Amino acid sequence: MANTDVEKREAQSPSGTERTRSRRVYSPRVDIYEAKDAIMLVADMPGVDEKTVDITLEKNVLTITGAVEPDALEGYQLAYNEYGTGDYQRSFTVSDEIDRDRIMATVKNGVLRLTLPKSEKVKAKKITVRAE
Amino acid sequence: MFWQDFGRVGRGWDPSREIEGLRREMNRLFARTSPWEAPEFPAMNIWVQDHNALVTAELPGIDAKDLDISVIGDAMTLSGHREADVLKEGESYHRQERGSGSFARTVRLPFRIEADKVSAKYERGILQITLPRAEEDKPKKIQIKSK
Repeated sequence: MANTDVEKREAQSPSGTERTRSRRVYSPRVDIYEAKDAIMLVADMPGVDEKTVDITLEKNVLTITGAVEPDALEGYQLAYNEYGTGDYQRSFTVSDEIDRDRIMATVKNGVLRLTLPKSEKVKAKKITVRAE
Repeated sequence: MFWQDFGRVGRGWDPSREIEGLRREMNRLFARTSPWEAPEFPAMNIWVQDHNALVTAELPGIDAKDLDISVIGDAMTLSGHREADVLKEGESYHRQERGSGSFARTVRLPFRIEADKVSAKYERGILQITLPRAEEDKPKKIQIKSK
């Protein structure tokens, strides 16, 4: 892949808090891009599906979490290990301009796609600057 | 126990060997993080069971038809590519961390693979390849006759 930084990164938990499940937590790699009327977030979260991914938006903190079941395979023993499996968690601060009621999320092939539409109010507030 | 002690006393403590060991260890650590020696992609875990091996790799967001698995003798090659999202006009990245492009990786197993029986499944972005050991490569049990 073009991006040479391919190893999984463990997530940083906010200081003072610990998770109840003693599992590794990884920080998913994300692309975030802005379209005219929405902000799109794409996250690589292999091992999650629509039932195990969770998105919360509290105040202005958007948190995505994904639970991954341990991939112990029946009758198999792990002989060689290059990557770890664990849950995913990552938070972003988003500005107030998101229309919370119309957030959409899909998961396909371990990739989460979030559409965060900009609210009408903000779209209307946009001021055009004219060159003189 | 005796033999271990004997070995240590026999060779004596050699500081240069200790340093050599430390240097090797440092090289190994730096080799993994240095930017000019990228880790191989994709990372793989290998599971074993009697006469089968199972290779798993995390490959989120790839079309199964863009993955290619080939087997020759004891080597399995996995290659594929992931398309980058194409932004429309007026869209711009805030951050871009996900990789895209082509990759290929070969792993050798300690046995010959039965190419016809290799199977693979791709679920939730995780690829799982089952590699059975070739029939002619399996160890033969030899009966010992006693009178």
